Formats: sequence, structure tokens, C-alpha cells
Amino acid sequence: MAVEPGARRRTHEWLQEVYSKQAEREAPFETISGHEVKPLYTGEDLGEWDPERDLGFPGEHPYTRGVYPSMYRGRLWTMRQFAGFGTAEETNERFRYLLDHGQTGLSTAFDMPTLMGLDSDHARSLGEVGLEGVAIDTLDDVIDLFHGIPLDRVTTSMTINAPAAILLAFYVCAAEEQGVPPEALGGTIQTDILKEYIAQKEWCFPIEPALRLVTDMVGWCSRGMPRWHPISISGYHIREAGSTAQQELAFTLKDGFTYVESALERGLDVDAFAPRLSFFFNAHIDFFEEIAKYRAARRIWAREIRDTYGARREESLRMRFHTQTAGVSLTAQQPLVNIVRTAIEALAGVLGGTQSLHTNSFDEALALPTEEAVRVALRTQQVIAHETGVTNTVDPLGGSYFVEALTDEMERSAYEYFARIDELGGMVEAIKRGFPQREIADASFRYQQEVDSRKRIVVGVNEYRLADEEELEIHRPDPAIERKQTGRLSATRTKRDSGAVERALAALKRAASTEGENLMPYFLDAARARASEGEMVAALQEVFGSYTEQPVF
Amino acid sequence: MSDPQTEAESGRKIRVVVAKPGLDGHDRGAKIIARALRDAGMEVIYTGLHQTPEQIAATVIQEDADAVGLSILSGAHMTLVPKVVELLREQGVDDVLITVGGTIPAEDAPELKKLGIAEVFTPGASTDEIVEFIRGAVAERMAS
Repeated sequence: MAVEPGARRRTHEWLQEVYSKQAEREAPFETISGHEVKPLYTGEDLGEWDPERDLGFPGEHPYTRGVYPSMYRGRLWTMRQFAGFGTAEETNERFRYLLDHGQTGLSTAFDMPTLMGLDSDHARSLGEVGLEGVAIDTLDDVIDLFHGIPLDRVTTSMTINAPAAILLAFYVCAAEEQGVPPEALGGTIQTDILKEYIAQKEWCFPIEPALRLVTDMVGWCSRGMPRWHPISISGYHIREAGSTAQQELAFTLKDGFTYVESALERGLDVDAFAPRLSFFFNAHIDFFEEIAKYRAARRIWAREIRDTYGARREESLRMRFHTQTAGVSLTAQQPLVNIVRTAIEALAGVLGGTQSLHTNSFDEALALPTEEAVRVALRTQQVIAHETGVTNTVDPLGGSYFVEALTDEMERSAYEYFARIDELGGMVEAIKRGFPQREIADASFRYQQEVDSRKRIVVGVNEYRLADEEELEIHRPDPAIERKQTGRLSATRTKRDSGAVERALAALKRAASTEGENLMPYFLDAARARASEGEMVAALQEVFGSYTEQPVF
Repeated sequence: MSDPQTEAESGRKIRVVVAKPGLDGHDRGAKIIARALRDAGMEVIYTGLHQTPEQIAATVIQEDADAVGLSILSGAHMTLVPKVVELLREQGVDDVLITVGGTIPAEDAPELKKLGIAEVFTPGASTDEIVEFIRGAVAERMAS
């Protein structure tokens, strides 16, 4: 943008002659990620910024102002609260509760054994069944999970990665039982295995075969599930592991490009699958930095998908994303204060143009949320949507000197990381060498030191503390879950045709050893035969092997 | 550089195993603690993720550790912690300081302490507090 010489001189003079004579508080004037923030932003900070090229209009390239022309004037974001605990029947009840209270989409949390591809009766599952999410072993569990919920009329998100293809097979078969064909199913499955190796650390196989499974799903969905998002490329967990906003942005986008490259190598057409890729970002507490992150993400994605990967369809360029407020920002101390944190974070997600949103519950630093806490979290979104007026105009912060400058800086940091990752030979190589893992560990240690030294104030933790914390009523898991779930699993094992299961697992293994064979149809057959998730993963591990991390700290 | 305070009577550094039992992959806390203990001059062995109680007990014994810190955020602490304690006792190890960190509900802490857990650190605990505790408690055990 052209800045008049007179105006430039004035900003400079103002800083020198006026501002420098003011007293400043003792405080770090930087974002939570350590990015320095100036006292004032003016047109001077925008340099070569060109509103036509860098901002554009909503729904148009480069999508900085949002992926749709009317944004929330047309349709509010989807309010999607992540839920899951105990057995399928218990989570089904929570789903119906949320739908009755105005939630518009479902989101499934799975327990640790399910995320790691272990059955509930496996020795390593002991003590973990149904605790952090719902326990799923076979198709029968998924049928009960969605019992009475018409799968052609809701959209479902499933947060699972290493065994994602197996869970998708269960879901498709459960819909089949309801008479709903795959092409009518709308929703998302996370499937983002690269960020597992980087941050969340729930894996089953080595990186290369895991990438093959992702690509199998992308290919299969692009042909038979036009309403389905087979990957949700996720920065959320990268951030929760302690990264900066810049690292979250850069590593997530680079993971996304890696999936695109893998699909292109398989011979898929970029415009056939790119419109179905979706993203998932964190909404942390540093308000403007987060908004800048979402805006930069849309702009980088649109540019790279078009210019580097050759997409031509508008839908391929639109980065749609889900947002979740930052679990890592919640405190166990004075937990009601978390409602305030979550509201501010959610507002950042909305002002950043999110397509769907999960707001955390105030008691989540202590345990899984109670029903009351979940309701307050959902109400927080409803207040933003219906009372604050922020939905009345598209991208209300567009053109703010500060927000635009931060957006530009965010973009620059992302490209710096892309270059460093490319030097290491791409994302898969970088992960093998522990590069993103080390960057995150360093950032999270630095932040903790700043909190411990009280350079940064966290309300209720290192300042404004209470001598006596009030005890909160928390959700206590049912101690009988494990027994109930292993009972369900053995009931399925008893009634199934074990010959059919063995044949399906043998076919799966053969297909896994055959290069270029898409495994999705084999998962569907095994699911229908009532093979368990753990049995399918174990069969694949005989072919693919497993994964052990060299920890970096 | 060695900090004289961290050296035990024998003149060696305090050896701490930082362990992640169970299936949860939340290792931000464990890694921060491992690094803070190392920066404080201790010898730190980080087990990595997804360890079974058997693997952890074996590491503690093999490394001749003075202390072990168990980090759990999955809610499985009431199953996994007693198992680690039991395995160590079975193998005749009763002088190792055991601490637990993670999302541990307040009402579970007294029960863990009854099992012999020296301290339970929950979200918001500072690294200084944890370093000081381990340093003090290990020195106390050495003296007795």
C-alpha cells in the first residue's frame, strides 16, 4: 500500500518525540509465542502489502478475509463439542444430550486403547478403557454409538489417526445398517498421522506405511464419499504439545503439503481430493496472534495449492478449518476462570473465520467435563453467535494495521520453517530426525521457564492465587467400564463366524503386502465379519512393523 | 558443571528416571521436568512414551535410580501407579523415591501417598518446586 512520505515521517516522529517519553510497565511486550509487539502499528508496518493481492474479498483468492462470501451472515459456524467416554451406549446418551441442547454436529473422542489400535482386553489397555474417550472394539460398538441418530442428517467428526481407516470402515458399515449409503455421509475423520509422530504420539505403524493408509483413504473417499473429509490436518495437538503459533502454522501446513504430494504420487488429481481436505487449529489465549494465524493459513494454502500443486478449482483453494480452544491454557486453579479464557479464545476463532468450533469446559484441567461444564462451554459459543454482534459483518478486523502486519509476519515465519524442513529433505525426514519435535520441546520449555520466573503472569497460578482452592465436583469414570466393555467384546467374538474373520484378516495381510493395493475394501470386509480393531492392527503390524520414538527433550 | 547440592554422599549425581506409563501421548510435562532436572545437575533418564509398569520397574533397577517420576494424564493412575510400586517392591527395591505428576484429582492424592508415593504434582506446579522436592527428599533418604 502506498504510504505518503508525510505520514511515514509522522509515525517515526511520534515514536521518537512522543512515545519514547512515556513510561512503560514492566511487562513482556510480546505475544505468547515470543513475537515482539510494537507500541503502535501504522501503514508503515505494511511495507509492500497490497490489499488487492494480499487481502482480496471474502470467498475470493487469497481468502484472507474468509473462505465464503457471506461467512456468518449466511450460516453460523458448526458448534461441535468433542465428546466420548465409557462404552458406546454412554457416549450415545451424551451425543443425544448435546443435540437436544442445540449442538449442530457430533464429534467423537476415543479412548487411548482405541487410538493405539489395541482391543479393550489387551494387557496394555488395563486401566485405560473408556477413560479419555469412548471404547470401540468392533462394528457392534459403532452401531450402538450412533443408535437412533440418523447418519444422513448429522455430520460426524471422529478424532482418530493411526487406525483411522478401520474406524471409517466401522462408520460406513454402521451407516449401511441404517440404510444410509457412503455417498450420503458427511463428516470428518482426523487421519493426520504426521502430527502424531510430531506431537500427539499415538501411533501403530512406521511412518511410510502409515502414510500409505492415509493415501488409501483419500483415494477411496474421493471416489465414493463426496461429502466426507478424509483428513483433518491438525495443528491443535502441535500447539498443545507446547509449540508457538508460528510452529503450529508451519508444521501443519507442511504436513498438509506432504499429504498432497503423497496423493499426487499415487496419480490422484489434485482437484479431485483437495476440496475434501480440512484443517484443525488451536485457539490459544493470545487473541490477535491467533487471528493472524488463521488468516495467514488461508492465504498460504490457497497460494501453494494453486501455484505449486496446480489446483484449478476454487474449492481446492479454500482452507476450511475447525477450531478448538486451548486445553493447555486452562488452569486447575480457580477453574471457573477458564470460562473467561475459553470465551476469549473462541472469539479469536470466530474473528479468524472458523467453520466449526469446540469450546473447552472449565473443569478440563482436572478431569473429563461434567454435563454442566459442557453446557456452559456450548452456551459460550451461543453468546458469541447471537449476542455479541461480531457475526454481523465479514472479517471485521480486516485492514487493521496490527492484524495485517501480524498476518504478514506469521506468513513469513511459516515460509522460514518450510525452507528449514526442505533442507532436511521434507517433513517425513525432518520428523525422523526429530526436528519439529525438538523445536516444540524448546518452545514449551522456554514458556514454562517464563511462567516459573513470573515473566509471564498466569492468573491463579503464579499471581492472584487463593490460599484455599474450592474443590470442584468432577466427572468420575464408572469403575465397571472395563468389565462392561470386555464383556461386549467377548459377546461379539462368541457370536461371529470365526472362519470368516480369519479369511478377512488373511486377505487384509495379503493386500498390505501388495504394493498399490487400496486397503479400504479389505477393512470393510473385516469390519462386517466383526473382526476387532485390535485384530486388524495386529495383522497389519505383522506386515508393516511398529514404531518406537527416539525421545527428544 | 555439577552442582554440589545435587551430589549424594557417595559424590555421584542424583539419578532420576522420568517415565510415561500407559498409553497417553501427552509428554509436554514429562519432557519439561526431565530438562529442568537435568539443568539442575541431575542425571536424567527419560523412558519415552507408552511404557508398561514392567518396563519402568526394569529401567529403575537397571539405571540404579535414586528417584522415579511418573507422568500420567490419561486418568489411569490408580491402576498403573500401584502396579509400578508393587513391581519395585517385589524386586526388593524400597529406597527409590517415587513421585507422580499429571491430571490427578485431589481426592486420589492421599491414596497414592498411602502406597508410598512421596509427592503428587498437579497442573500448575512449578519446575523449581519439583527440583527442590526431589533434591531434598533424595538427600533425606541418603542421610537415613
